[in-house]
Amino acid sequence: MLTDILTAVIPVVIIGIICGAVLVIASKLMAVKEDERFPKIRECLPGANCGACGFAGCDGYAKALCEKEGTPTNLCVPGADAVSKQLSEIMGVEFEDVIEQVAVVHCGGDCEKTQDKYEYKGIQSCSAAKLLYGGKGSCTYGCLGLGDCANVCPQNAISIVNGVARVDPKECIGCGLCTKTCPQKLISLVADAEKVVVACSNKDKGAVTRKVCTNGCIGCKKCERVCPLCAIKVVDNCAVIDYEKCTDCPDFGICAKNCTTGCIMLSDLSGLHRMKEEKK
Amino acid sequence: MTKFIVILLSAVFINNYVLSRFLGICPFLGVSKKLDSATGMSLAVIFVMLMATAATYPIQKFLLDPNGLGYLQTIVFILVIAALVQLVEIVLKRYVPSLHKSLGVYLPLITTNCAVLGVTILNIDEGYNFAEAMVNSLGSGLGFFLAMVMFSGVRSTIEGSDIPESFKGLPVTLTAAAITSLSFLGFSGVIENLFPM
Repeated sequence: MLTDILTAVIPVVIIGIICGAVLVIASKLMAVKEDERFPKIRECLPGANCGACGFAGCDGYAKALCEKEGTPTNLCVPGADAVSKQLSEIMGVEFEDVIEQVAVVHCGGDCEKTQDKYEYKGIQSCSAAKLLYGGKGSCTYGCLGLGDCANVCPQNAISIVNGVARVDPKECIGCGLCTKTCPQKLISLVADAEKVVVACSNKDKGAVTRKVCTNGCIGCKKCERVCPLCAIKVVDNCAVIDYEKCTDCPDFGICAKNCTTGCIMLSDLSGLHRMKEEKK
Repeated sequence: MTKFIVILLSAVFINNYVLSRFLGICPFLGVSKKLDSATGMSLAVIFVMLMATAATYPIQKFLLDPNGLGYLQTIVFILVIAALVQLVEIVLKRYVPSLHKSLGVYLPLITTNCAVLGVTILNIDEGYNFAEAMVNSLGSGLGFFLAMVMFSGVRSTIEGSDIPESFKGLPVTLTAAAITSLSFLGFSGVIENLFPM
């Protein structure tokens, strides 16, 4: 009885041990030299695979850092300064500041300020709604409010409030996925130190804009005149802020105060969400 | 020579591992969504089937049979195949990184695939000699490849068509798999008539 069991068990055990030994030897002998920095770098990165760095996901960025000399360490926008610091330590290069970015929606036409021109009952997606006469809103430039951007946001930082997409700057990691998704191209990334945003993208003439939305930029150029730094320009009947010039404003907020329709808004984007990360 | 052709063709068409023997259904349903992943998986299966047969056939003939341990066949084969696939992966990673990259994730997936185990065991059961066993493995792998590529085509057509809500996903996939395997039933008897022995 016992010998029967043993004649079965012993060969299997022996084969198992041989296989194990071969595998151990093989993995030692033929170990591929992986860059030891790779797992370290990979651990630092947030792992959202958002592609803001310009590489295919976090693995791609880590690989590029290991293999290509001189890949900047400050490309990870979601990870911000904390990650950049860690990366530059691992790579042994000088720390470079990350310009944190936050998504802003350039539309302020909520349900009170603008109206629908028809009732849309199709697929609940902005890109689908846009195909039908440029969207349901009377303003063809405005936010369609069906939340394509909210769906694509990895941080759930975007919500549709009163018919318009709103970004929560505390949650936004600046990956820019929403800017690519929005069929109206209403969302852009701005450095999170900025404090003034134009909440309109309507390129129609003032009179036309006025009819469809009380918030719309009518291109009156008042902001152009009052801006002490000449940072605002009206392009195609819509105010655009040149953020490079808009720094250290001596008369902060004057553009917003003087805006006839109120489409220039003061909003404090200044890195509220970064503080909590630095505290960690 | 005729015998090899008969073995090869019958392994590909008549005794197709997926569609007639219903082995290896897991990757058949799991990895057949896209053509390129289906191709990658199938190539890995062909490769591993050949390697596994080459490794297990001598073990059966020179180790198990002489010692009357034939009943240990299944467990020993699983052990050997699993170790072999791991070893192959290590070797590929070191020496043929490009092949490792393309077979990549599929190799560990088929470590304990029943189609691979099925081929090795059926080679013994059919009483093939070594060369015949290798040809049979190649045919089985090609049959798997054929089934995967065909079915990925079927699936991409299904994806684009209007299906009742309750049928979406696995139900319609299984139905399509059943019809595809039914079509292979038409091959039975073809080889006997082509090569009368």
